[in-house]
Amino acid sequence: MSQPLPAHSAQVPVLALGDVLLVSLQGELHDGMAEQLQQDITQRISTDRMTGVVIDISGVDMVDSFLGRVLAEIASTARLLAARTVLAGMRPAVAITLVELGLTLPGLVTALDVDRAMELLNQRGS
Amino acid sequence: MQRSGQVSATSLPIGSDADLAWVRQEVRQCAAGLGFGLVQQTKLVTAASELARNTLVHGGGGRVEITPLDNGRSRGLRMSFIDDGPGIRDLELAMTDGYTTGGGLGLGLSGAKRLVHEFSVDTEPGRGTTVTAVAWVTQVPASRPGL
Repeated sequence: MSQPLPAHSAQVPVLALGDVLLVSLQGELHDGMAEQLQQDITQRISTDRMTGVVIDISGVDMVDSFLGRVLAEIASTARLLAARTVLAGMRPAVAITLVELGLTLPGLVTALDVDRAMELLNQRGS
Repeated sequence: MQRSGQVSATSLPIGSDADLAWVRQEVRQCAAGLGFGLVQQTKLVTAASELARNTLVHGGGGRVEITPLDNGRSRGLRMSFIDDGPGIRDLELAMTDGYTTGGGLGLGLSGAKRLVHEFSVDTEPGRGTTVTAVAWVTQVPASRPGL
């Protein structure tokens, strides 16, 4: 596995681990940053030939319908570019709130943490 | 920071996505200070985010008033989202899951309502909209309409 490479433009750091992009969301994410992230990930998948994306949200204390939609759209766009997305590390309070909000993100593959997310991608990849 | 049962409302502007982040932080701090548990805090912050975004996107911006409550048995938090925008023409339709005019998922109003204990909308076409949400610190599970 190669060394993580820092991204150039993203305000949210996007690291490359082999052919998987690792994105760690932390704390407050403004709407504009979330949309920028969506573009950055999509671009990186295409230019760097990435086959997987892991989005770590263990540092996120709230997911509302806007952020939920951005996450779902990242996964959908990645799928069109032949990459799979795993959402890792959702906090229990966030999961409870999302379900009550009515946002269950049915198309998203999830894992309890980044390690399991990477395992999931490696298993189904080769 | 002293936030007792006395009414000491905080008013914050809602004019940009950076303001939404401020609103979330203020609601989080206030709810934690009042003794809301982690799940309830998360629900309140999420409801605030949905409603503040409605104020921004549909109301053209406005403000939120955050007020600590104390009814003698329990502490609570009231959030009023106020705008002078176009108002909501068909409130019943706007409260329907999945209905949207803003390009979102249509969960803002209906979803936020499920996350709090009391919820009201005061609106009139051309006269703006005020959405008020109240939650109480509680050990008792909220009623679940529809189950």
